[in-house]
Amino acid sequence: MTPLLAIGPEALELERLAAALDASAGSNAGADGAVVTFLGLVRNHNVGRRVRYLEYEAYAPLALKAFERIGAEIHERWPDVRLALHHRIGRLDIGEASIAIAARSPHRANAYAACRYAIERVKQIAPIWKREFFDGGDMWIEGATADPDDQRARAEAERIACA
Amino acid sequence: MRVTVRLFARLRDITGASELARDLAPGATIGTVWRQLAGEFPALADYERSISSAVNADYARMDHVLHDGDEVAFLPPVSGG
Repeated sequence: MTPLLAIGPEALELERLAAALDASAGSNAGADGAVVTFLGLVRNHNVGRRVRYLEYEAYAPLALKAFERIGAEIHERWPDVRLALHHRIGRLDIGEASIAIAARSPHRANAYAACRYAIERVKQIAPIWKREFFDGGDMWIEGATADPDDQRARAEAERIACA
Repeated sequence: MRVTVRLFARLRDITGASELARDLAPGATIGTVWRQLAGEFPALADYERSISSAVNADYARMDHVLHDGDEVAFLPPVSGG
């Protein structure tokens, strides 16, 4: 059975996340009215560079715990939402999916918000890094300093999710 | 006591190792390990204010006291998604 939260080299499929959510709903499955999904793709350009491919690396056990934490935060903020989140690592070519998220709830508004919140939080606190290989070189991309206890970052993710 | 140090992304490139073993005196913290490594690899100094750290795959602060067998990880700013 597909887990709700996962990180690994396998190609991502939204259908598997939706099925995992369906399976985990149990007897409550009929109460849900919405599944919102997000698929993040490898783009062929980034700040003026022509990107050839990306390599993702993770501290996998901590990444899974970060996903669990994001799930718990979502449960706190939107108690009727359930989350599935898979992140891929290794070499990814242009157009391939690096992250797949599905949020399921009785009504669409909370599913939309929670899905957006999840991707913003992954970018803030998941110990995952991408190395960009572009025409002329390569470099590690460095974004946010990961601090799960930073309440300002969390509030910012929530603000974006509810905008 | 002896700890394992895990290094990721550019920190791994700078040190040339994804994993190192370090012997420490009792009472040593994550910060002790970081300062020791920064002494060995001066390019790490750029990360003084932007790294995160973890012990045994849980986020932990620099003042966290280490024990024999712990796995310490240093994480440069993240870029998942």
